Amino acid sequence: MLNEIQKQILKEVADLHGVPAGAYNIRANGESAGRNTTANIDIVTKEDGSGIDINIRPGTKNESVHIPVVLSESGLCEVVYNDFYVGEDSDVVIVAGCGIHNTGSEDSRHDGVHTFHIGKNARIKYVEKHYGEGDGMGKRILNPVTEIYLEEGAYAEMEMVQIKGVDSTVRTTKAVLAAGATLLVHERLMTHGEQTAVSDYVTELNGDGASTDIVSRSVARDRSVQHFNSRIVGNAACSGHTACDAIIMDEAKVIAVPALDANNVNAALIHEAAIGKIAGEQLIKLMTLGLTEQEAEEKIVAGFLK
Amino acid sequence: MLELQNICFSAPSDEGRRLILDNVSLQIDEGFTAITGPNGSGKSTLARIIMGMVTPDSGRILFNGEDITDMGITERAQRGIAFAFQQPVRFKGLTVRDLISLAAGRNMSVSETCESLSEVGLCARDYVDREVDTTLSGGELKRIEIAMTIARGAALTLFDEPEAGIDLWSFSSLIKVFERMRERCGGKLIVISHQERILDIADRIIVIADGKVSRDGSAQALLPELLSGAVACEKLQ
Repeated sequence: MLNEIQKQILKEVADLHGVPAGAYNIRANGESAGRNTTANIDIVTKEDGSGIDINIRPGTKNESVHIPVVLSESGLCEVVYNDFYVGEDSDVVIVAGCGIHNTGSEDSRHDGVHTFHIGKNARIKYVEKHYGEGDGMGKRILNPVTEIYLEEGAYAEMEMVQIKGVDSTVRTTKAVLAAGATLLVHERLMTHGEQTAVSDYVTELNGDGASTDIVSRSVARDRSVQHFNSRIVGNAACSGHTACDAIIMDEAKVIAVPALDANNVNAALIHEAAIGKIAGEQLIKLMTLGLTEQEAEEKIVAGFLK
Repeated sequence: MLELQNICFSAPSDEGRRLILDNVSLQIDEGFTAITGPNGSGKSTLARIIMGMVTPDSGRILFNGEDITDMGITERAQRGIAFAFQQPVRFKGLTVRDLISLAAGRNMSVSETCESLSEVGLCARDYVDREVDTTLSGGELKRIEIAMTIARGAALTLFDEPEAGIDLWSFSSLIKVFERMRERCGGKLIVISHQERILDIADRIIVIADGKVSRDGSAQALLPELLSGAVACEKLQ
């Protein structure tokens, strides 16, 4: 059973007000707090107990899997391996996410290692939200590792969101795409206080017709520091685009390093990066509508990260 | 309604400071006032001073009898002054509906947003959820800016060259917008414009030249003179 704090965190990371429909596995303080499987989606604990395997049968359509993680105990550090095997021609939504409530003096850390094997012509939409709260001195640390292997014609759309409360993050994402596969990533990030966030993406386009779009929108406030490194490797007749668009405020720092490796004459690769403070004219415009400067700033940031 | 008392404003220049507005005093109570004059005469600066975006070197501004000289933009907006930018601002992430809701001061339903948009000749279905970013053309942006002022329905709306950048949308539509705004909420309009057709429907025309009020009167009295180029000639003499 989940307590009230855990339920609140569950709401933040997975928009869940209770037990979700369909397949799910809820992990709370290192233990399973609930699991459900369906005829098409099986969830199995790994033999060594290091995580779970999620097996989605070929042709599964319009089903979802929720695998949220909640840490409400200070000082808990864990590494969890979750492997997704998405069968050919299936079309599913996967909602992950981790929330940490740390009121203690010790660091709480969750490193989720997610590996996706996406079968031919299968489609997934993956949503991952990270959230931290609690006023303890202990840090809230999340280091997600995501590996995505897309077979021919497979499609993955990934939304990675971290808006609040996580002190330190190193997000490592590696993707390998076969012919005709598509990967879209939308990262939204806000850091504040003394937080640090690193995003490392390496996307290999290995088959003709493979395409990717890796886009990060972020806001860095206070004295927080963000690094965005995104490399696209084009090994075939493929197309790739990566962009980092950041608003920088106060004394924050943002370092964006997009990189392209074109190893095939027919690889069409583009990168963009733009970092800047909120434009004065945007603030003035909203103030002429009756908002205070602070309200205007909040609206602009909220819209940017929407 | 609006009273400007001895407004002076200067800006840094190569020779020290250049006087942009030289002791301008005006009492404006008309429903539709057009301010015109040569480029660089100080018209836009005057509008920005009224909105609080620019602070004058000296002089006082009264709005509905209250001295607003020392108020910021937000306070003036809350008292009922609105401003339509000559070059509207783009926002990544904020949608047309977000901005129109902010202008109206409440969450607008899709049908209410549609109403404001169709008044400026935009098909609401295509625009309501569009982000107000670089994907919109200058003309589209300008119409959205005007739709925002319609939704705002302020007691006094300042338009800085509303005709600039409007593409494929006739002036008659723009003029209809002005007329509807006056009818519906009794809001007063001050429009900075060089356009004859806009000047033609004004109750009063004020000509600013070299930072001073050089002409002030009804459209009937002033427009023929302005169109004959008399004001420009006088400046050259």
